[in-house]
Amino acid sequence: MSTVLTQPPAPTPSGPSWLHRVCPTTGLKVSADAEKLIKAHAVMATVMLLIGGIAAIGVLLTRWQAVHLLPAEWFYRILTVHGLTMLVFFIIFFEMAVLHFAGPVLLNCRQPAPKLGWLAFGLMTVGSLLTEVIMWMGKADVLLSSYVPLRAHPLYYLGIILFAVGALLATGLFFAALVVAKREQTYRGSVPLVTYGALTAAIIAVITLLHGAAVYVPTFLWSLGLMPIDPQIYRMVWWALGHSSQQINVSAMVSIWYLLAALTVGGVVLNEKISRTAFVLYVLFISMASAHHLLVDPGFSSAWKVVNTSYFMYMAVLASMIHGFTVPAGIELGQRLRGYTKGMFEWLTKAPWGDPGFSSMIFSIVVFGFVGGITGVTFGTEQINIIAHNTFRIPGHFHSTVVSGTAMAFMGATYYLIPLIFRKQVSFWKLAQIQPYLFAGGMLVFSMSMTFAGSFGVPRRHWDISFTNAPFDVQFSPTVDLMLGIMALGGLVAALGGGLYILVTVASVFFGKPMPERPTAADGVPQGIVSPPVRSTRVSEADVMERHGKLGPAPGTIVLVGVFFVAFVTYYFLNWKILAALWKMG
Amino acid sequence: MHSGLESPKGVWWKPAHRTEKIWVAIAFVWCLILFAMMPIMHARGGQNVSGIRHKVAPVAFQQRLGEFIADYKVGEEQGYPVVAPPPGSDVYLLGTMWAWLPVLKLEKGKEYTLHISALDVNHGFSLLPLNVNLQIVPGYDYGLRVTPTQAGDFRVVCNEFCGIGHHNMVGRIIVTDGPNTGPHTPGVAATASAAPAHDHGGPAAPQTALHAGGAR
Repeated sequence: MSTVLTQPPAPTPSGPSWLHRVCPTTGLKVSADAEKLIKAHAVMATVMLLIGGIAAIGVLLTRWQAVHLLPAEWFYRILTVHGLTMLVFFIIFFEMAVLHFAGPVLLNCRQPAPKLGWLAFGLMTVGSLLTEVIMWMGKADVLLSSYVPLRAHPLYYLGIILFAVGALLATGLFFAALVVAKREQTYRGSVPLVTYGALTAAIIAVITLLHGAAVYVPTFLWSLGLMPIDPQIYRMVWWALGHSSQQINVSAMVSIWYLLAALTVGGVVLNEKISRTAFVLYVLFISMASAHHLLVDPGFSSAWKVVNTSYFMYMAVLASMIHGFTVPAGIELGQRLRGYTKGMFEWLTKAPWGDPGFSSMIFSIVVFGFVGGITGVTFGTEQINIIAHNTFRIPGHFHSTVVSGTAMAFMGATYYLIPLIFRKQVSFWKLAQIQPYLFAGGMLVFSMSMTFAGSFGVPRRHWDISFTNAPFDVQFSPTVDLMLGIMALGGLVAALGGGLYILVTVASVFFGKPMPERPTAADGVPQGIVSPPVRSTRVSEADVMERHGKLGPAPGTIVLVGVFFVAFVTYYFLNWKILAALWKMG
Repeated sequence: MHSGLESPKGVWWKPAHRTEKIWVAIAFVWCLILFAMMPIMHARGGQNVSGIRHKVAPVAFQQRLGEFIADYKVGEEQGYPVVAPPPGSDVYLLGTMWAWLPVLKLEKGKEYTLHISALDVNHGFSLLPLNVNLQIVPGYDYGLRVTPTQAGDFRVVCNEFCGIGHHNMVGRIIVTDGPNTGPHTPGVAATASAAPAHDHGGPAAPQTALHAGGAR
């Protein structure tokens, strides 16, 4: 073992001594406290992924009308479980692991208050388990959004409040780590871009969690009969939580893109100013984006809807479009500096596609941008929302952002987390290598066919679209059955990919072989660690920058964003055309 | 050049490469176009959702609905009143656990002011097969000027989860080519039998929902 637990011989003048080891790959001092916290949060995230994944299969096999597995009440129950467990518990546990990593570890400093860190973890664990128990007992069949006046058991809301308080505390510890690192001078210059991105995620998390308090505390009191709540105000405040939380995901995911780009292929930052400004746009404009869940609601004027959903939200869209260029361009440039300079795309064809960290990152970028981004902005247009609201187009959209985007990026990061933080080899390496292909491929098919079915008006959150016991028959186009079949197929492949992820991580963490002193590729260690990306000696930075003249340092990326832009414009205007065929209304 | 894991040293506020600037400019202009499209389509488009919106007590809306049905009822379908209001009039539709009331009979090419509200919890108005979707919130009257441009037999399903009988909540809007005169003849499209509702809750008996009064 080259990793040694050391007590520094003498406390440095600028700070107290702290237990740590020196990472053999990066040379960073890894705080023992931070490391334990990262492990604990990652384990809970995986537990939640397992629960949410089991629920996902139940939901999928019921919505696949040909199988229609579960009875109605169990369908709505596990749909509630699936939504809350995945979108809140899994994702936030993982994000807190990211914060404990991007703070103390990347900044080379101690964990500022480990006991508070454990208190936060305890609150999150107790809160999430309490809510799980209530949901599985059938005391909270209200779905993720729990729109008042649908009423769940008071402990359901209390569990979420405890979880949120814990998450808020953990976020505060990340800010504390920034202060400690600065004061104890554990890094020089500005914080790294990855930490900066995590910082924006943390700021958005604070905004989000405060909105969470603003909605769940009154709702808890309402559930006890202590105060009234207006259903429309509830929807507005709930979505200020519900949508902003997706922006924590986006910021964390983009940070992980930069992280994995650096680790896997030596990806560089083209321009710090542009990338950091884009992150700031997320912070500034995202809480207004909750409006795009309320576009066809009765309680708000069109002016309110247009200003909030469009002007401000599109500044956040701008931010994503900027990262959609800078991240692949950074990857391309990193690869070119390693010597893959032939033509437009040698940087892609010679990329480490067998490294699950790399393939996860690429799939995350592509599916998030092409499917999730384009559909999201289009459906978030006030009028176009008429043909999207509460149909299958909506879950089709967000499965491509939050599942193929965020969750895929988190999975990719895990393949580096296991050797770097858990100091274990990745077990079942061959399975780990194909896992991103199954998960992202399945999810792509799933979300596209779901979106397409939704364009026929197939409702989301619905147990039986054959309407067997309804007073009037409802006929869908036969295409819908076909789409639901394809959706089920894609979903099952993705579930297999998700299952493999859980298998690989659990096997590695609990039963895996420790990292050898000199890892080789055969050991189940990603190649970014076996042979960290190094610059080629035969190309110079200036050469790469000038090689393609006016196309700049990343010509391949220009082609890719060009294709993206054409797809975006086409899909957007196609939807206006479909809308124009409807009844006149206004 | 450095990676995102390294601290940039010194001043990093430096000019971007030309290609990066161009992409940011294109994206920014596109965002402005996305923004402008919405107000432009308020002026020029035929499908908007601004409407005439008020707060309304669910019981008051229910009462108004009762008067509306009494005024223009032309028949019954599966126990649901069928109502044929004259063109230009105010039309009422109520979502309740778990029915859309009443069945509406409208004329193609004529404008109506459609008021939709919910009696108890949130419901989702989804007109099929057209795919027109609106959120219906209790306590709010969503009024929209609507002109059916196609004749046919349409369905209104609920696409916001509203409890265990949610999936059985189906209403109906019939659009005729010419004027609606005379009594309503039950249509062939109505298929539900008198079979008992599903174990987990079938559609509410429509008449009960009309006279129950107050939110449940």
